[in-house]
Amino acid sequence: MNQPAVIEVRELTRKFGAFVAVDRVSFDVVEGEIFGYLGANGAGKSTTIRMLCGLLAPSEGSARVAGVDVGRDPERVKRSIGYMSQQFSLYPDLHVTENLEFFAGLYGLGGRVLHRRADELLELMGLAALRDARTSDLPGGYRQRLALACSILHQPRILFLDEPTAGVDPGARRDFWRLVRSLASRGTTVLVTTHYMDEAEYCDRVGLMVDGKLAALDTPEALKQQFIRDPMLEIHSVPHNLLAEIAGLPGVRTVEPFGSAWHVRVCFDASLQAVKDAVLAMGVPDSDIESVSPTLEDVFLEVVGRSRRA
Amino acid sequence: MNTQLLIHAAGVSRSFGAVHAVREVSLKVHAGEVFGLVGPDGAGKTTLIRLLVGLLDPDAGQATIFGRPASSEADSVRSLVGYMPQQYSLYGDLTVDENLAFYGSMYCLSHRAFEERKAKLLRLTRLERFGSRRADALSGGMYKKLALACALLHRPRVLVLDEPTNGVDPVSRREFWDLIATFVAEGTGVLISTSYMDEASRCSTVALMHHGSILERGVPREMLRTFSGAVFRVIAADRDSVALALERQPGVVALAPDGAGLRLVVQAGAELAVRQAVGAVRARLEPVRPVFEDVFLARLGDAESARVQAA
Repeated sequence: MNQPAVIEVRELTRKFGAFVAVDRVSFDVVEGEIFGYLGANGAGKSTTIRMLCGLLAPSEGSARVAGVDVGRDPERVKRSIGYMSQQFSLYPDLHVTENLEFFAGLYGLGGRVLHRRADELLELMGLAALRDARTSDLPGGYRQRLALACSILHQPRILFLDEPTAGVDPGARRDFWRLVRSLASRGTTVLVTTHYMDEAEYCDRVGLMVDGKLAALDTPEALKQQFIRDPMLEIHSVPHNLLAEIAGLPGVRTVEPFGSAWHVRVCFDASLQAVKDAVLAMGVPDSDIESVSPTLEDVFLEVVGRSRRA
Repeated sequence: MNTQLLIHAAGVSRSFGAVHAVREVSLKVHAGEVFGLVGPDGAGKTTLIRLLVGLLDPDAGQATIFGRPASSEADSVRSLVGYMPQQYSLYGDLTVDENLAFYGSMYCLSHRAFEERKAKLLRLTRLERFGSRRADALSGGMYKKLALACALLHRPRVLVLDEPTNGVDPVSRREFWDLIATFVAEGTGVLISTSYMDEASRCSTVALMHHGSILERGVPREMLRTFSGAVFRVIAADRDSVALALERQPGVVALAPDGAGLRLVVQAGAELAVRQAVGAVRARLEPVRPVFEDVFLARLGDAESARVQAA
């Protein structure tokens, strides 16, 4: 990508007492990019975002967001960004349009500009029919889209989404991501955290945080190639007493639950066929064993799980 | 196998004003079973759970726990149930040890019973080293494990968990489910709601709620086996333009990025038309296995179209 970087992070560090929450993190995000910022709970994702939004001062290092140094001029950063946090703060007693008007007031929007912008956003978010509904009566997915609308009222160049879809059902999450992608395609830069690895597939690039450090950064495809060189079998029906036996087969690296199935990673220099034959010999039918490509969840378990076991 | 009936709901309904939050729901949870509750936001999952643990009274029908009405004998029932609400349930200013001690005294555990149980739960949750840390200062995954430990202190025979893993990372979610499996193996019965479809497919039985009713229930693997739609990986040079072309195609239940390609879920009967559309944009289809999320989206899609037609 040749677009200019709109987020430039250099050796960014934040300490709380002796605890280093964010440890010399560096990366760039370019205009119109969707950048996924992943990691375990407590890995330093929210702390990074709060620094980039000018809500928390860096201890060391620097970050420029939309050309503004967040350490030197945190107030000016806020004009260029939208921020939606995990506990998005809508007023439940206000109607949908009243929430929009309230947030517009914070951004200094009013009058005809506000009305045009509010109509446009209600249409975009699929909330037009619900404009007079009380916010507390909206289902979770709609409340979350309203929160997104409130965070982009002032047409920010950069949007920070901190776990915007926690606890949201699969259909509503897909709708939400369709909106995020349409914003990005019109030039908005998005930095997003999520614990849903299928959502990370929507990102152009993904950074993986482990204990405050950026442990990996690349496109979803490249991360899979980099971290999961091993071939993998997905086994769909395994009696539980056989799991330990499969894990103990020569050449098997890990056995992890994936929904109702299991992912068996076979060392890249071992024979996949030998492992498959051994599983067949245990009585698992052939139709229940298949070769699969790794997912970002496999990458996450590899990078984050490895550090935790260590 | 121990199949004692732990939770039994018979036609429970509950309305709030004009809103029918739960409509004539019946279900059974047995010992050693994990019963999963899934559905869109606002489908009535939390209301149903509150009815089952006796925090709300039904307008009609009855919920019993160990054969006793959940509502009228709430106190005697509560000692048999470990309940983890969706909202934060711990005292943030108290440490891990203090939170456990508080719940221990609430359940009137003897000193010895408490210490034994606490030691076991701290070991299983791997929170031993964090006894003096304030609950507020725990990471999301650790907080949820502490909440689970508090719900398990009094050795309940049945666990009721309302979306316990929201906002929890994939590694911690696996640890959480391993913990649940430990107690299920000891004969505990579990009723759990979740928005993660991989978790739903780890349940013994799953019920899909929609507008207050149970739309479908079954064994996840069976529901997958009988899924009538088709799932494909779309291989295309330009993923985004293909996505745009297929998004409005009738019969497409879901379309999502999958690495360099797309994952496409097609309704039963729409496969031929979709294949033609895919051919027209010079993309290629490779069949893949459905996952539980496909079943969920397809089933809800059908239900929504039926509602629209009926209206």
